[in-house]
Amino acid sequence: MGIIEAAKLVFEYAKYSEEGSIESVVRAIDGVDLDVKAGQFIAILGHNGSGKSTLAKQMNAILTPTEGTLYVDGKDTRKEENIWPIRQTAGMVFQNPDNQIIGTVVEEDVGFGPENMGIPTEEIWSRVEHSLKSVGMWEYRKNSPNKLSGGQKQRVAIAGVVAMHPKCIVLDEPTAMLDPNGRKEVIRTAWELNKKEGVTVILITHYMEEVIDADKVFVMDKGKIVMQGTPREIFAQVEELKKYRLAVPQVTLLAYELRKAGLNLPDCVLRVEELIEELEKLKCQEEEKRGNQN
Amino acid sequence: MAIRIENLSYVYSEGNAFEKKALDQINLIIPDGQFIGVIGHTGSGKSTLIQQLNGLLKGTSGKIFYNDQCIYDEGFEMKKLREKVGLVFQYPEYQLFEATVLEDVCFGPKNEGLSPEEVKERAIEALNQVGLSEEYYEKSPFELSGGQKRRAAIAGILAMHPEVLILDEPTAGLDPKGRDEILDQIKKLHTERGITVILVSHSMEDVANYVERIIVMNKGCVMFDGIPREVFQHYRELEKIGLAAPQVTYVTKGLEERGWKIDTMVTTVKEAKNAILKSLGK
Repeated sequence: MGIIEAAKLVFEYAKYSEEGSIESVVRAIDGVDLDVKAGQFIAILGHNGSGKSTLAKQMNAILTPTEGTLYVDGKDTRKEENIWPIRQTAGMVFQNPDNQIIGTVVEEDVGFGPENMGIPTEEIWSRVEHSLKSVGMWEYRKNSPNKLSGGQKQRVAIAGVVAMHPKCIVLDEPTAMLDPNGRKEVIRTAWELNKKEGVTVILITHYMEEVIDADKVFVMDKGKIVMQGTPREIFAQVEELKKYRLAVPQVTLLAYELRKAGLNLPDCVLRVEELIEELEKLKCQEEEKRGNQN
Repeated sequence: MAIRIENLSYVYSEGNAFEKKALDQINLIIPDGQFIGVIGHTGSGKSTLIQQLNGLLKGTSGKIFYNDQCIYDEGFEMKKLREKVGLVFQYPEYQLFEATVLEDVCFGPKNEGLSPEEVKERAIEALNQVGLSEEYYEKSPFELSGGQKRRAAIAGILAMHPEVLILDEPTAGLDPKGRDEILDQIKKLHTERGITVILVSHSMEDVANYVERIIVMNKGCVMFDGIPREVFQHYRELEKIGLAAPQVTYVTKGLEERGWKIDTMVTTVKEAKNAILKSLGK
């Protein structure tokens, strides 16, 4: 059984008029089937308002299904008594680091989660140490979070989740407010947790370059999953993605344009080095051809 | 010339333990009608710099001239300056507060003391410029999508008819299409109305696609200042300060390292495509 399993998941919310009567009902998630295996690195793409964040909030029972089911590590999110175990299984990190840090000292902030779980003091500190080390922020443990950069704050927020020993971390646009270095730091941290600690990662993002290594990519539109596959399968469909207000990494677009111009390149190129290799091969082939003609 | 910055320095928390020099002897000239990108890592001084330009922060030393008049002179009308130099903060949609989109956009010009007719005219004009049609005028700003809210907030600044428009990360958190839409509209405003645009961004690709001049900030100083093709040639130095060049620049650089005869001064997909095809003799 997968760590996150959604079957025909529907989520609706009502819009109220000023008088308090229901004006309309919005279907934010519309029949989503999802099966995430433990240890996978999953990416969810979709335009603003496509339902990605609403889906993310289902994964740790901040929201619960209107219809259909969602099981997190085998626990039904509709059952009240499962809520706390689910929130410990699936931790969330949000977009704005300033909204999720509450401690005045980095290590205290990270200890907040386990403290609330009733973990013995000694173990809290050992968890704080381990999680700050795993995000590379151990040397900042005595700092005030205010003095950190955006990327550092976000890593502290991730450490706060890691300290609760979740099996799964849901990152909802964790890099939207960061500079290129901060973005790299956060994505690298997510990968390390995935590879070294086997944490399942679900990454929601608008930066296409961040998902090229993911095990699987889901694309959402109007509350539905409209595309799914490996990054290579997804990013080969340049025009289809445009329809959903998305794009491909710049180097993928360049390869696509070159192929349209007649160069014999593979269907989908995801990395700079990959494109360089392919162009190099192409050049050698042409030189050989020319050599043979002479 | 519109804005001239002379030896401008700015120190936060001067005299106490948290003292930090955010700007260090900046000299810049921003002529009328340029489209400028400002890049730099978090804490490099970008935001401090742009807040100087409409007098929200006052330099610790140095001077800023707006149309040859020093804005620190006694009797200089700061209010007029802030009407002329419009600043769109990061996540401007958090500053929407009125009951309807139209009223929100009216707020700025209303405070300039214009007549109600003129205010409304300006608001509608600004909403048109950002591509929000009439059906949104009477909606609550909070019913709009992220990209629409952002555009409503930018309209609020445009309605004040600024001569200089400064935007701090206007595309943060938007989907790729939303990014392009906002930047295309800003570009159009720049072309059609000739206003000066200063765009602060963390996206090297966006900067390369839209601006004609890049200012790179690092540790409170201007590290590079030039056209995108030139500035991104320094990609190794840019990497050291937490930035990068657009992906396509790395492709042509990589090919050159492998002995290709290729133009590496490329920063957009189109330029890279042409350079590669040319190098292959197509």
